[in-house]
Amino acid sequence: MDTISSFFESLQLLSLTPPGWGGNLLRGLLHSLEIALGGYSFGLVIGVLGACGKLYAGAFVRDTLACYTTLVRAVPELILILLFYYAGTDLLNQFMHLIGRDPVDVDGLVAGIFVIGLVQGAYATEVIRGAILAVPKGQLEAARAYGFSFWQTMRSITLPAMLPYAIPGLANLWLIATKDTALLAVVGFSELTLETKQAAGSTKHYMLFYCAAGMLYLMVTLISNQLIQRIEAWSRRGFAERGAS
Amino acid sequence: MITPKSFWSPHRFLLAAIGIGIIVSCAIFMRWDWLPDYYEIILAGVWRTIWLLVISVAIGFALALPIGLVQVRGPRPLAILARQFCTVIRGTPLLLQLWLLYYGLGSVFSTIPEIRGSAMWPYLRQAWPYALLCLTLSFAAYEGEIMRGAFLGVPKGELEAGRAYGFSEIQLFRKIWLPRAIQRALPTLGGEVVLQLKATPLVATITMIDVYGAFSKVRQDIFITYEPLLLLALIYMIIAGFLVMLFRYLENRIPTQ
Repeated sequence: MDTISSFFESLQLLSLTPPGWGGNLLRGLLHSLEIALGGYSFGLVIGVLGACGKLYAGAFVRDTLACYTTLVRAVPELILILLFYYAGTDLLNQFMHLIGRDPVDVDGLVAGIFVIGLVQGAYATEVIRGAILAVPKGQLEAARAYGFSFWQTMRSITLPAMLPYAIPGLANLWLIATKDTALLAVVGFSELTLETKQAAGSTKHYMLFYCAAGMLYLMVTLISNQLIQRIEAWSRRGFAERGAS
Repeated sequence: MITPKSFWSPHRFLLAAIGIGIIVSCAIFMRWDWLPDYYEIILAGVWRTIWLLVISVAIGFALALPIGLVQVRGPRPLAILARQFCTVIRGTPLLLQLWLLYYGLGSVFSTIPEIRGSAMWPYLRQAWPYALLCLTLSFAAYEGEIMRGAFLGVPKGELEAGRAYGFSEIQLFRKIWLPRAIQRALPTLGGEVVLQLKATPLVATITMIDVYGAFSKVRQDIFITYEPLLLLALIYMIIAGFLVMLFRYLENRIPTQ
């Protein structure tokens, strides 16, 4: 009886208003989602450009991109985040010094998005490159036969037609992005994991807060999975009827 | 087709020259005088990272087999349990799991007198059992999902052929189903092990001095940022490259037909 009542007492620590820490956790979750969304979008832009560069650009660009994707995928995310974080802010401040401005204090949110984006970009490049290669040759030849220019083909054939092949990989990347935001806790950005650590440390209810944060992350993953299923079904419309899968 | 001749085209020479230039200028213009002092702690860290990787992959893979199998074959309650285990581990960040185990479970353990009095307590007070447990569970969940697909993907005809020859269920599993499933999973196993390697530096956040932890110590001691991080990245790249080559070799040795 005693343990049950003390359990309910400790649950009050999760309430949204102080002295509860629920508000802090939710604010952390919001920051995590902002960074995941921003970094993922930035990564997608790099991915599309990188994939096009790898497939259509000259040999020099191709090999440089190969170096980028290989290096980023061989080094732990934690180290990349530290490197990009420090190097990014350093370079920016040196640039500001060069053009005669005062050094700026880089916003954690922007730095986080930049860092996650660079990491995601390498993986997205590979996913999109594979998807573009999977588009049936006949469709591209048909476009050429109709006199489509390169950009017209890209916009109305290649990019839409590669989506069903790219979406499973890109969906996986989104799930990785949401979990990678936790690594920013190590550079001191107050996203969900760091907020949780602080709440747990100051109340000494470690188990409670870490489990609560785990539930929040799990909810993000499960809701994402539902959305992904719908998007996948939408992108494959017209696929199943022909018996291809 | 890449032949040695076409590989060394002019632009590759240029790229290689830029690469060597960057490495040489790093070696000349950056501070490396700390290396002799920290050389031992770094080697110990590399060793710790490697055994953490090898043991967690070995136990994790052994756990992944039943996790994958029960999801394909049942019994149903176990299948649901395995599925939920995979969802929870794959749906939350590893860093959070690590902190949950180390700080959360650790704080619970210290309040239970039976555990504090037991022979295990000296070990449970250290960080490495939690790190190993966490990495093992994580690998088991990710690899279990792959093994589920691999078990499902073994052609029905092969299993039926085994049954027609009068194999018992255990023989069938040992001689056909398991080897064929592992063969199917092998191409992705190399990639998973590299991913696992990239997850190991997180254990430094719970006070375990692996190779990442060793370099963090360098960074804190002598206030330099880039040199330790760059060398650290190089070390991870070398280990990852070695793993990739090892798995390529293994894959070639195992006949595909």
